[in-house]
Amino acid sequence: MGMAAESQFHVLAVDDSIIDRKLIQKLLKTSSYQVTTVDSGTKALEFLGLHQNDTINPNTPSSSPNNHQEVEVNLVITDYCMPGMTGYDLLKKIKESSSLRNIPVVIMSSENVPSRITRCLEEGAEEFFLKPVRLSDLSKLRPHMLKTKFKDQHQKQEEKAAFQSPKQQKTEQNLQQQQQQCNNNKRKAIDEGLSPLRRRTR
Amino acid sequence: MLGLAADRLRADTNRLLAFLFHQGILDEQFLQLQQLEDGTSPNFVSEVVNIYFHESEKLLRNLRSLLMDREFSDYNKMGIHLNQFMGSSSSIGAKRIRNVCVAFRAASEQNNRAGCLRALELLEHEYCFLKNKLHELFQIQQQRALAAGVRYPMQN
Repeated sequence: MGMAAESQFHVLAVDDSIIDRKLIQKLLKTSSYQVTTVDSGTKALEFLGLHQNDTINPNTPSSSPNNHQEVEVNLVITDYCMPGMTGYDLLKKIKESSSLRNIPVVIMSSENVPSRITRCLEEGAEEFFLKPVRLSDLSKLRPHMLKTKFKDQHQKQEEKAAFQSPKQQKTEQNLQQQQQQCNNNKRKAIDEGLSPLRRRTR
Repeated sequence: MLGLAADRLRADTNRLLAFLFHQGILDEQFLQLQQLEDGTSPNFVSEVVNIYFHESEKLLRNLRSLLMDREFSDYNKMGIHLNQFMGSSSSIGAKRIRNVCVAFRAASEQNNRAGCLRALELLEHEYCFLKNKLHELFQIQQQRALAAGVRYPMQN
């Protein structure tokens, strides 16, 4: 049985500059991603299904119905300097949200400020790109999205297994093994492609 | 005959681009934009550049009206406009304009009004120059597209 057709990854790009939105959209489409662009952090959170009133609730399970995403987003790439909510504020809100914290976030900035870069990475950003962003920068995105997808799948399977009969579990296991084979081949490709430098500084 | 015209137009394009790069008016980022142009977005560069023109003219108007105001003191606001202009110029590869913005910002940070005015005039001048050159470039490219689209009657 062949691999299931891989649906495209969906990236949410956030930037208040209309030119930069057009650019990042083109770069992402050229890299074969589905793209949605918004011009503010507030709109980004709305799109992600997180409403401003939501607070952190440690007792809320990860699949809380309140924070149901309309559309699945596999990565958020955001400008740092924006009026109102900065990219850093957006990053914090995403990482503080139980439903969104697994989404990888990448920050872009036109200024090379080491303390800014450190702060973002410490807050959980996967990458920090200096503007203008190049096509070659975007090749660093896929590993982050694949890693999260694999982690999510694994988590869902564990949750499912907890409610299944032994017979159901066996069928599930066979399917899992097949999937593992495909994923292992993919992961090998990622590992070989991953560059040692995660952070780009100039 | 038309083949020669196409060659001449291509040479014109290359000469103009070489000039712009050599003078430091444009940088590598402009090449990146050109590389992004493809079948699905054949006019990508001119689309982006036209947005840039539109945005830049707005920013230049804002900067001028700020500085022309005799009561002017909001250097902070000027800084915001400048950052926007710097960012968009950098995104399309308009290196010289970006550099003038940097100098402008320095004058602004020192609350140096005279320096800001001088920088603004230089900025307006550079912007005008770039706009003319890029229009020239797009015109040549349009002509090339037309030349390529014409068929030799015999070959049909």
